[in-house]
Amino acid sequence: MNEIIESVKNLSIGFNSQKGKQISILRNVSTNIKKGETVGIVGESGSGKSTLALAMMGYIKQGLFPLTGECLFKSEDLLKMSSRQLEKIRGRKIAMIPQNAGQALTPNLKIGYQIDEALRLHTDLNKTERDKKISELLNKVRLPSPEAMAFRYPHELSGGQQQRVAVAMALAGKPDLLLLDEPTTGLDVTTQAHVLELLRFIAKDTRTSMIYVSHDLGAIAQVSDRIVVMYAGEIVLEGPARKILKEPIHPYTYGLLKSIPKLSLAGLPASMPGSQPQPGSINEGCSFYDRCNLANDNCKKNSPGLEHIKELDTNVRCFNYKELINQNNNLQTSITKKTNNSEANEVLKLKDVSISYAKQKFFDQLLNKISDQNPTVKDINIDIKKGETIALVGESGSGKSTILKSIAGLLKTKDGQIKFENDRILSSDLKMRNPNDLRAIQLIFQNPDESLNPNHTVEQILSQPLKLYFNLSGEELKKNIIDLLKKVRLGEFYMSRYPRQLSGGEKQRVAVARAFAAKPDIILCDEVTSALDVSVQAAVLNLLQQLKEDLGTTYVFVSHDLAVVRAISDRVAVLYQGRLCEIGPSQNVYKFPSHPYTEVLLGAVLEPDPDIKPKLVAEDIVEEKPPEKGCSFQGRCPRKIGDICNSEVPPWQIGENGNAIRCHINIEELASLQQ
Amino acid sequence: MLLLILKRIGLGLITLFIVSLITFVGVEVLPGDACTTYLEREAYGAALDACIKRLGLDIPAYERYLDWASNVVRGDFGYSLSGEMPINEVLGPRVKNSLVLASVSILIGIPLAIVLGIITALWRDKLPDIMISTITIFSMTIPEFISATLLILIVAIWLGWLPGIVIIPSDATFYELLSNIILPVVAISMIMTAHMARMVRSSVIQVMASDYVQMAILKGVPYWKMVFRHVLPNALLPAINVVALTIAWLLGGVVVTEVVFNYPGLGRLVIESISNRDLPVVQALAIILASIYVGINLIADLMTLMLNPRLKSLQIRK
Repeated sequence: MNEIIESVKNLSIGFNSQKGKQISILRNVSTNIKKGETVGIVGESGSGKSTLALAMMGYIKQGLFPLTGECLFKSEDLLKMSSRQLEKIRGRKIAMIPQNAGQALTPNLKIGYQIDEALRLHTDLNKTERDKKISELLNKVRLPSPEAMAFRYPHELSGGQQQRVAVAMALAGKPDLLLLDEPTTGLDVTTQAHVLELLRFIAKDTRTSMIYVSHDLGAIAQVSDRIVVMYAGEIVLEGPARKILKEPIHPYTYGLLKSIPKLSLAGLPASMPGSQPQPGSINEGCSFYDRCNLANDNCKKNSPGLEHIKELDTNVRCFNYKELINQNNNLQTSITKKTNNSEANEVLKLKDVSISYAKQKFFDQLLNKISDQNPTVKDINIDIKKGETIALVGESGSGKSTILKSIAGLLKTKDGQIKFENDRILSSDLKMRNPNDLRAIQLIFQNPDESLNPNHTVEQILSQPLKLYFNLSGEELKKNIIDLLKKVRLGEFYMSRYPRQLSGGEKQRVAVARAFAAKPDIILCDEVTSALDVSVQAAVLNLLQQLKEDLGTTYVFVSHDLAVVRAISDRVAVLYQGRLCEIGPSQNVYKFPSHPYTEVLLGAVLEPDPDIKPKLVAEDIVEEKPPEKGCSFQGRCPRKIGDICNSEVPPWQIGENGNAIRCHINIEELASLQQ
Repeated sequence: MLLLILKRIGLGLITLFIVSLITFVGVEVLPGDACTTYLEREAYGAALDACIKRLGLDIPAYERYLDWASNVVRGDFGYSLSGEMPINEVLGPRVKNSLVLASVSILIGIPLAIVLGIITALWRDKLPDIMISTITIFSMTIPEFISATLLILIVAIWLGWLPGIVIIPSDATFYELLSNIILPVVAISMIMTAHMARMVRSSVIQVMASDYVQMAILKGVPYWKMVFRHVLPNALLPAINVVALTIAWLLGGVVVTEVVFNYPGLGRLVIESISNRDLPVVQALAIILASIYVGINLIADLMTLMLNPRLKSLQIRK
């Protein structure tokens, strides 16, 4: 068990800046990977975790080069090897499971060929043996009908299946060390839980060492024996997983854990101020100094070394870690309660809304109607109260963003009505809406990189809605822009910046400010925190909540992340395949009884706690189309009772808690089943 | 798949129909008609009447169009005005000459372009790339009438190795042509190869930066194997359409080169028949060149479809 497989010693990796200065991305990183051990490397984007992982395969990305140190695999330095030598190690001794298998599988080669390639390179098997082995491997990663699967192209598989193929490919060479670079990021919650379960099984079954790189402490918690926390290119904390997650003694890790929304707790997580320093901007002192609440003058001048604490079996890079020992019981309680200021009157009503992506047939086009018997989104009835935050949750393909686009007027509805204020019907066609209605409903997109024009300054971005809706100009316009920036806690000097000069969190703040510039009644938030780091996510959630409480805005919040939804929303609507499954006050939806789909979703959530294991109750099959009749969840339901589920649309039942569930099973029976 | 091919062929035919309409209408609305433009100052009295009669210009336009179109479908383009011979006899040798020029240029130029593109991409920013890229940019930017003239000056006049202009009867055999076309081929290839090599280069660079290439490296696939199996099939796919357009351009669009070398190809015929105001020939050429473009693009689209598994299954599912 104690045999060291790979050891990184004093590794620094960097690049030459345009001014000819050497800038390091990784700084003096040392760590050891033991046989059979799974090490989680966690950090936010830009912390250097992927660079470290790739260096452990002897791979340095173009533009970067090693400055000092070595990566010893079985006491040979990978960074000094020729590419011929590396080819013998990569895939055979150390194998990689990439982040996005959809892009990491070569599109013009069949699955079987790509696995066969690894077998040909790294084993001595002949053709028939290899064919047998391919089936075996595909079977091992639990892909259905392995023989047929081998003849498929990567794009013919779902995201979860592609990830499984990548796992099979990595296992083909029987490596001693598996490197996983965010292997479940981008997958649906249930798929993610299944893939993690598979990885845990493989680690145990083959006794392979694993390095698991992720920004997601939830996923890390499920697989790791030991955790390495990275910040600004340095290891700041390293130790046994349980210790790190339950009693973090570095202020960064502590703050990170507190900023993660928890499923079990309502309310907003505490956010960490500031953001990670850019590479090259740290001159002296601790790299976490700016954001740390334990920092003192010593931290400003001197940078702390990695200190080994014997009794905790932990390495920590902090002068003041002792203040955090035994402080950690408040990890769970440091959550801001939020006030629900929703009023009784409804501001937006969705009545029997159906939306179809089907191509219009010629005759229908003439009659201006859509005849699709099985539309993507069907029979959505939601009344949204003024000032409330209603969340739409579901996996990809659940129609949540589609509904949002329809409310915004970007997508025509097939049937039903969208009513705004005093039951006035809003046209489903953007061009038919009056300017005031357009102003009243604003949209914030998932990715600020794509939603902010890169050639406009922040001032130009924010002045557009102000000019358009309020005809502001001159001094007044400028004053309003400064006010808006203040509202999203950005200083005046941001006005002249371009989006590329801002960090991810700052960009999303500008997007939020742009939405609020229109003084809207309703803001539609489409996965607004998904592209952000955890600590930044908490800050944006807090900001949204604060603005809402100050201005009385109504939010329609779309997310796949149930913990985030729990944190921000007053009411939750759960969607599957474009049909509502459950709707109710959020504190009740997260309690049982729930719709079987809600149960599946809740079970699959990964909490940053090694003691809370996900419950996998349903297969992660991907359905391409909603079923023609019956319950929308019939294909995957773990509690399916029989033909009635296939033939009849289930009735709405209202539970004691006030949540409405659409299921054939009696709600009390459902409650006893789920206990 | 078959349905798709039929659909694309149908669309191509519709395009050709529209082209034929436009050229026909265009000729109609020009002031005067084929006879007045051709006869010029003699366009009066008996000569004009005879010409109108001969060409059937006294019949209503739509009837003439139908008549002309149905003949074209049967492969008969009618009579040329200037030579007073069947257009088919005028066109035949020209088509053959253009095909010879195009196919030799393609056989030399395209493989060369692909090889150069790959070399420059794989040795990006290193000596081979810098050298080849400089040369390709030069040959791209020098206009063909200058490069062609320079070629004639150096190779034909100073060195005297090859004939400077092509002096062959328009019905010369392939072998007679071959020695005559070396210089035009070089002039054309310089531009064509440079353009395509640049395109292949950027395409290969893009694929080399993709996640699946990084994955292949991390899988331990040897370098050249990776280049041939993982990079090239994906990088060259977008080149098919460019190659198609180049071929079409070679068959009818290399006017300048053909004029400089006095080469009897289709491109020069276009210029000649326009300056002779031989409207029936212009019409015939418009249809032929349009069919070449439509046909070659159709083939290219179908090839892309067959070779790209992603598009293939998408189309079949539809």
